[in-house]
Amino acid sequence: MIRHHPPFEMIVDYATGVSGEGVALAVATHAALCPMCRAQIADVEAVGGALLEEIEPAPISDGLLASIMDRLDDELPADARKPRPDRETARLIPSPLLRYVESSLADQPWRSVGRMFHEVRLPLSGKNVKASLMKLRPGSLMPRHTHRGHEVTVVLAGGYRDGDQQYARGDFSAKDSADMHQPIVDDDGECLCLVILDAPLRLTGAVGRLVNPFLRI
Amino acid sequence: MNVLAAIAEPSYFHASWHGNMLAIAKPKAPPGSSLTNDQLCRLVEAIAVDGDREAFASLFRHFAPRLKGFGLRRGVDATTAEELVQETMLTVWRKAATFDRSRATVSTWIFTIVRNKRIDMFRREGHPEADLDEATEVAADQPAADETLVAVEAGTALGIALKTLPKEQLEILQKAYFEDKSHRAIADELRLPLGTVKSRIRLALARLRVALPEGHA
Ligand SMILES: [Zn+2]
Repeated sequence: MIRHHPPFEMIVDYATGVSGEGVALAVATHAALCPMCRAQIADVEAVGGALLEEIEPAPISDGLLASIMDRLDDELPADARKPRPDRETARLIPSPLLRYVESSLADQPWRSVGRMFHEVRLPLSGKNVKASLMKLRPGSLMPRHTHRGHEVTVVLAGGYRDGDQQYARGDFSAKDSADMHQPIVDDDGECLCLVILDAPLRLTGAVGRLVNPFLRI
Repeated sequence: MNVLAAIAEPSYFHASWHGNMLAIAKPKAPPGSSLTNDQLCRLVEAIAVDGDREAFASLFRHFAPRLKGFGLRRGVDATTAEELVQETMLTVWRKAATFDRSRATVSTWIFTIVRNKRIDMFRREGHPEADLDEATEVAADQPAADETLVAVEAGTALGIALKTLPKEQLEILQKAYFEDKSHRAIADELRLPLGTVKSRIRLALARLRVALPEGHA
């Protein structure tokens, strides 16, 4: 049961194509698990269809149709990024995210950060945003931090508590510079999350500075 | 099927060019080709099933001027706008088999394609999609066959509802959908507080979604 959804503006930005790749990845990952948000995205896209139908048309050059017709039978380049995940990975990683994870979770170059979590960075086209998978140890207390930009999290397995809110598979969290928080991972299992950061975190505790993985953004 | 005949078919140049000339002379005039969603669906399905080039040419006549208008609204020159038309229409040809008339109108489907092409061409980023046909946990969510009518009716109703929107709401929607502008950028351009832009977009969409079927809140 998903309790936490993207704010409506993020749904709108995603469906209109305004969001950057990182946030779009988080919204698509959540939507793959959340029928309600998928329906909402479809609604916002339907408005785009109606607007396109009514847009002021522009005259097309004479040869354009013919030159497109000439290209209809072009061979397509083979999709080199077709992921081949194992069953565990296919179970946990929704399809929009699978294209970025590419291989099985067990084969990822996990990097250990302090004693608290393992992290693997995902390839995004944009430079000013960072997307990672994080495996958080059961019962661990994340360093207290605030943000300069946005921190968006989608839970893929396990869960954590943040203040009085509980987060589990599919749940979406968006924090910005006004929020300071300190998530506590559930102690009954590892928590796997997709985390998007569009600016470095500002850690507030002494421990935080030691384990800050985000300064390399 | 005869490609040259399809391209040289007099109605192509007459319907399309004549219609567009009118559109230039009188910007408020309706676009040259006005096909119903049902007719457009049959064209896409003919491409999917038979690789029907004449159907593709008809679809081109309907959408190319609109797609070029979409590119011009984004602020690019005519050549680049026609590249966007070309890339979009090629994808329409290649992905015709993924179109599902029970899920979206043809305009909505093509809107999502041109949106993604715009992101790809102008921002060099991907737009991760929660593909309904690939997502792992959506099998139970397949629409029943009798939802077909609902999607079509919703599309038509949306077009009508769009015409009843207050001008300032329509203007803001067009900026969000066509000009690739964030809420913040729209606020700056229109010299409105950010909160006003957010609430106008929200109001406009709430108003339009009244036209959509139950359960899509
Ligand atoms: Zn949701």
